[in-house]
Amino acid sequence: MTPIRFSPSSLREGHWYEYLIRFALGGAATVFTGLISSRYGASIGGLFLALPAIFCASATLIEKHETRRKREAGVAGERRGQKAAALDAAGAALGALGMLAFAFVFSLTVASSIPAAFIGASLAWLVASVAAWYAWRKVRPARRAWISTKSTGSAISRSRHG
Amino acid sequence: MTEYVVRFLVGGVVVSAFAMLGDVLRPKSFAGLFAAAPSVALATLGIAVYRHGADYAALQSQAMVAGAVALAVYSVVVCHLLVRAQLRATPATLLSLFVWLIVAFGLLALVGGQT
Repeated sequence: MTPIRFSPSSLREGHWYEYLIRFALGGAATVFTGLISSRYGASIGGLFLALPAIFCASATLIEKHETRRKREAGVAGERRGQKAAALDAAGAALGALGMLAFAFVFSLTVASSIPAAFIGASLAWLVASVAAWYAWRKVRPARRAWISTKSTGSAISRSRHG
Repeated sequence: MTEYVVRFLVGGVVVSAFAMLGDVLRPKSFAGLFAAAPSVALATLGIAVYRHGADYAALQSQAMVAGAVALAVYSVVVCHLLVRAQLRATPATLLSLFVWLIVAFGLLALVGGQT
């Protein structure tokens, strides 16, 4: 069974101005990349295609929503808000691998076919991101178990030798 | 001027679409994949192909490889600042932008990016 699910109710948690801010940031980031490209050339401009400009706003919103949700449930929510934003950042690190696949496929195929470059690169992003996420989910429990065994082991050893 | 208005509108729509998709998906780590979606890249490369041709867009996407590696490093640094240093999301994400700039320009310098 897939652990991925839709939660459309999350959209109701946001205010209209938060969506407006993201729209404006997205537009501004695209204009900024265009300006950089025309001023400093395609290579420098290309770097900014992966600028995490929108991520700052998204992570702040996630933290805010999670903190508010926990407060409404009567729990101090600041730490939970930070953890929710950290999980989003972990996902973004895996998504960056997908972006790497997107850039590779696009640069290799755009000269031969423009539609194939866009379709192929988008598919490469999706496949690489989702595969990285599944691999991370498989590895994480094993790594946690190893860390907990290691710390328990060292605690036992400390109590024996201490 | 018209080109920049089109850039703003296309960029805004594509970024908002990916961000909303990230909002409705769970778990949060999976939704985070959409925080690193190539939304600005899709809008910019589409305009670059139309305005300057395939070679220009290819050059941009080659440099994007360095930007994507920098994004991975950036995201890991943000994650550590939030969990270990217990910074709030806004300072953590903004401070880490320096890391993105250093890694991205460092890699581009290393491979000798053309302009």
